[in-house]
Amino acid sequence: MQLVRILRRVLFAIPVALGVAVLAFFSLHLLPGDPVQIMLGDTNTSVAQIQAMQRQLHLDQPLHVQLALFFGQLARGNLGASIVQQRPVSAMIAETLPATIELTAATLVVAIVIAVPLGLVSAIRPGSWIDRTVLSTSLLGASMPAFWFGLLLILFLAVDARALPTSGRIDSTIGLQPVTGFMVVDSLLAQNWGALLSVLRHLIMPALTLGVVFAAVLVRTIRSSMLDAMRRQYITTARAKGVSETVVIVKHALRNALIPAVTVAGLQVGELLGGNMIVETVFAWPGVGRLVVNSIFAKDYVVVQAAVMLYAITYVAANLVVDVAYAALDPQMELG
Amino acid sequence: MNALQMLYPIQRHGIRAFSSINRLSAGLGAEPVGLIAGVIVVIYVLAAVLAPLVAPHNPGATDLAVRLAPPSRAHWFGTDALGRDVLSRTVFGARVSILVGVLTVGIAAVVGTVLGMLGAYFRGGLDMIGARLVELLQAFPYLIFAVAMMAFLGPGFWNLIWALALKGWIEFYRLARGETLSQASEEYVEAARAMGYPSSWILLSEILPNIMNTVAVVAMLRLGFFMVLEASLSFLGVGIPPSIPAWGSMINDGRHVLFIAWWVSTIPGLALLVLVLAINLLGERVREILDPRWKTA
Repeated sequence: MQLVRILRRVLFAIPVALGVAVLAFFSLHLLPGDPVQIMLGDTNTSVAQIQAMQRQLHLDQPLHVQLALFFGQLARGNLGASIVQQRPVSAMIAETLPATIELTAATLVVAIVIAVPLGLVSAIRPGSWIDRTVLSTSLLGASMPAFWFGLLLILFLAVDARALPTSGRIDSTIGLQPVTGFMVVDSLLAQNWGALLSVLRHLIMPALTLGVVFAAVLVRTIRSSMLDAMRRQYITTARAKGVSETVVIVKHALRNALIPAVTVAGLQVGELLGGNMIVETVFAWPGVGRLVVNSIFAKDYVVVQAAVMLYAITYVAANLVVDVAYAALDPQMELG
Repeated sequence: MNALQMLYPIQRHGIRAFSSINRLSAGLGAEPVGLIAGVIVVIYVLAAVLAPLVAPHNPGATDLAVRLAPPSRAHWFGTDALGRDVLSRTVFGARVSILVGVLTVGIAAVVGTVLGMLGAYFRGGLDMIGARLVELLQAFPYLIFAVAMMAFLGPGFWNLIWALALKGWIEFYRLARGETLSQASEEYVEAARAMGYPSSWILLSEILPNIMNTVAVVAMLRLGFFMVLEASLSFLGVGIPPSIPAWGSMINDGRHVLFIAWWVSTIPGLALLVLVLAINLLGERVREILDPRWKTA
C-alpha cells in the first residue's frame, strides 16, 4: 500500500508542474503592452527587427499554437534564448545554478549547526532562562529582514576588520578550473587549498545572512518536537532502565525529534532558494537569483520566465522528495 | 423566521465577541511584553498618520550641500547621498510599510476566508478549483513569485499589493476551510440547519464568529511577514517606485555608501526590524490569550 501512496503523490506533482509551465507561458502576456516593444525598448528599432523578434518568440502565431510550440521546446529542454545576450537561457542557468546550490547548501549547514544545539538545550530545560533567551532571540531572528542583516554583517565583519570578502565566490587572482561548477568541490578535486580557503571565506557571510534567519525558524521546530519526544513513554522506559540522561536525550529523544525537524527544513528549501535571490544581490553572488534580478532590469523577460519556472519546478520536486522520504520513514503518515 | 427559530433565538456570538475583546485587553495589559509591543505599534501608526507633522524635514527635499552628513542636531539620523533627511524619510516610510502590510493582509484574509468557508460548506466544484489553485500557487517560493509578478506588472503601489495578495490568500483559505469543516460537523450548526436557517445565515452568524479569532491571529502573524516581503521587493528595485520613500529602497540607497555613511541603510532597517518584532510579539501574545492551545510551557 505504501508504494501506491508514493506513486499517487508523484502523479499529483505532474499536473502542478504542467500548471507552473502554463503560468510561466502566460507571464509574458502579463506585460503591460506589446512584449517585443517593451523588450527592445523605444530606441530606434526597425520594423524588420521587431518582426524578427516576434518570429523568434513565436508571438506572430495564434495563442494555442504559441502554447504548443512552448511545450514542444520544453520537451526538448529548450528554454528559449536571451534577448540581450542572444544565447540559450538553459546555458545561462547551467552556469549560475551551481553557485546557487552551493550557497543554499552552505546556508542549510549554518542553520542546522546553530539551530540543533540551541533547540536541544532549550527543550531540555523548558522555562529556564536559557530557554527564554533562545525563544526571544529566535523571534528577533525571525523578524529580521535578511538583506538588512547581510548589510550589518558587511558593516561589522568586512569594514572594520577587513577580514572577509563582500562579493563574488573566489579571489579573482586565483585561477580555478571549473569541473562541477561547485567551487568547494572543484578546489578539493584540484587539491588547491589556497582556492578552497578563498572559496570558504567568500561563502561565510552570504551563508550566515540567511542561515541565521532560517535557524531562528528551525530552532522552534526542533524545540517543540524535542519537547514532544521527551514526553513519550519510551523516554520514561529508558530512564527507568537506568540509561544515562545524555544517552536518553541524544539517542532516544533527539533521533525521533529530528524527523519532523528535517521535514520542516526540507519544505523550506524552496523558500531558502527564494531568499537567496536577495542574498545573491547583496553579495554580488553569481547565482540564478542574481541572473533573474539583472534580467528584470535588462528587460530580458525570456530569462526571467525560464528561471522562475525552474525555481518552481525545483520547489515542487524538493517537496515531493521530502514527502516521499517522510512516508518511507513513517508508515502512519498520510500522503496527499 | 419559523416557530422553532423564534422559540430558540441564537445570540451566542454577540457574547463571544465581547468576551474575547475583554480577554484581550485584560491579557495584554497584564504582561509587560505585550503592553510594550502594543505601545510600539501604536507609536508607529501615529507617526505614519501624522508623518507631515512629525517629520522635521520634507522627505523629498534634496540639499546637496549636506549630502551624506552624519547624525547631528539638524539631522538626527544624518542625510543620504542626495542630502535628504534620513529621519524624515524613515517616518514617511512607515506609511508604505503599514499600508502595504495592512491592505495585503486585509485582502488576503477576506478573500481566503470567504473562499475557504464556501469551499468547505458547499464542497463540489468550487472546492476543487480552490484546491488546484492552492497547489499551483504553492509551487512557487513566495519571494520568487512576488518578484516575477512585479517584473511583469512593473513597479507600483497597487501592483505590489496584488502581487503579494495573489499568493497570500491561500493560507487563509486553508485555515478557513479546515476550521469550517470541523465547525460544520458541530451540533450547533446541525441544530441551526435542522431549524431551517438558510446556509448564508449559518455561515455568517454561526460559523464565522467561531473561526474569526483564529483568522485574526494568523492575520496578525502574517502582517510582519508581508512588511518584510514588501521591503525586500523595494530593496531589489521592483517594489515601491523610487519617488515614494520606502524602507526597502532606502536600505538599497545606503548599500552603495555603507562604508562612508552607515546611517543611510541602518536606520530604516532598524525601524523595520523593531516594527516587525513588535507586531510578531503582539501576535504571539494575542494567540496565547485567544487560543489556550498555544500556551508556551
